[in-house]
Amino acid sequence: MNAGLGDAADIIGILVSTISVSALLIWVERRLLAVWQDRLGPNRVGPLGLMQVAADMIKMFFKEDWIPPFSDKPVFVLAPTIVFITMLTGFAVIPFAPGVGIIDFNFGLLYFLALSSLSVYSIVLAGYASNNKYSLLGGLRAAAQTVSYEVFMGISIMGVVMLSGTFNLREIVEAQRDGWFILPQFFGFIIFLIAVIAESRRAPLDLPEAEQELIGGFHTEYSGMKFGMFFVGEYLAITLSSALVVTLFFGGWLGPWLPPLLWFCLKTTIGILLFILLRGALPRPRYDQLMTFGWKVLLPAGLLNLLVTGAVVLSLHS
Amino acid sequence: MALILFYIASAVAIFATVMMITRLNAVHGLLYLILSLLAVGVIFFLLGAHFAAVLEVIIYAGAIMVLFVFVIMMLNQGQKTINQESDWLKPGIWIWPSLLALILLAEMLVMIVLGDNADTGHVVDARQVGIALYGPYLLAVELASILLLAGLVGAYHLGKPMLKTARRRTES
Repeated sequence: MNAGLGDAADIIGILVSTISVSALLIWVERRLLAVWQDRLGPNRVGPLGLMQVAADMIKMFFKEDWIPPFSDKPVFVLAPTIVFITMLTGFAVIPFAPGVGIIDFNFGLLYFLALSSLSVYSIVLAGYASNNKYSLLGGLRAAAQTVSYEVFMGISIMGVVMLSGTFNLREIVEAQRDGWFILPQFFGFIIFLIAVIAESRRAPLDLPEAEQELIGGFHTEYSGMKFGMFFVGEYLAITLSSALVVTLFFGGWLGPWLPPLLWFCLKTTIGILLFILLRGALPRPRYDQLMTFGWKVLLPAGLLNLLVTGAVVLSLHS
Repeated sequence: MALILFYIASAVAIFATVMMITRLNAVHGLLYLILSLLAVGVIFFLLGAHFAAVLEVIIYAGAIMVLFVFVIMMLNQGQKTINQESDWLKPGIWIWPSLLALILLAEMLVMIVLGDNADTGHVVDARQVGIALYGPYLLAVELASILLLAGLVGAYHLGKPMLKTARRRTES
């Protein structure tokens, strides 16, 4: 670690803003999907339906928090907290702007990979602890999907690491002063985007919780605030993923005229909207198609990208 | 400060490992093993090996243990295996392993008391790890990759007949 902790205001500010943005996304997503599908969406509670989030929260708090008697109780209670904690701690390494951020860690990128690989336990353990066939199927799908897509996620961002020569997210942003990495690393970006969607289990790659096949998948047995944790955890994952995509490929806080923090928030918002649009636009693949696509298309493409980037970097340096 | 954190992390690691061995439910045991690996990651971090610490979490806790949990979930053991485990874990069986572990513990204590204090200030970055791996330790890297290739060929061989029967089933 080459620099210490951000000050308390940074930490509290980032914590509060990420959680409230993620909660607000519940409304944003429903409203935007409705607009794209020529409907109105939730527009009754408060101005533009903005208070829908509060209404949903109140509903969730007052629901019966039921633990099924046939479940593995300690694991059942533990599971939803894992996704929440890992995703929140993931924000610690995100460089919001120069001087704004929680830690400046030399292995920031690997730290993100570690946390995203730990977050899968949440789904797998929920599926196991529910002791329900649909949950188990969801958990198994989640484990297979996440372990496979983690591989490409790691490989796809190594191109960025090669170009910038560091794992430190701040230095990666600084390395993009002459041009964003989206241009030299376009294939890396595409692979990373697909892998990130698979990791955060968002539609179209939401097979662990495919409603039409598995009821609710891994969270079939969950209710009340435990279900809410999974729900908000998913939106936290979206926010974290778009923040990381912006940091790695779109120059982070860099941009003309506007202050850096505003640039970062603007780019991240566009990333989040892209995630939501993808959900509205694409159908869900079959499970075997997902796995085949991953191992037979994305893995070779990622390795090829790595090879070409390595060759170019080497020829430029020598 | 670092020393206190080190002892806390070590205590967590040892406690989690003991709990892992003594659990009757396999999934609970695996959860303790994950915890133990995370604690080892913290120890690596405190010793300045940040790269090794992150890799410990990514590879051991994040990938290998997911596969373990995956397999145990697929087997879906019930009360029967818990009873079987409790048969295996009779107190008599504990004597020899505990004795051997005690010898190791004694050796470690002697080493800690006699030896110099571990160097905790030296931070290793990714570049140094890479240079070491592809310089003096190139042979070890190549040997490991041959081992992985052998594992890959084995997995391919195991998976192949399954593929054939699956295809026949979908065709018929």
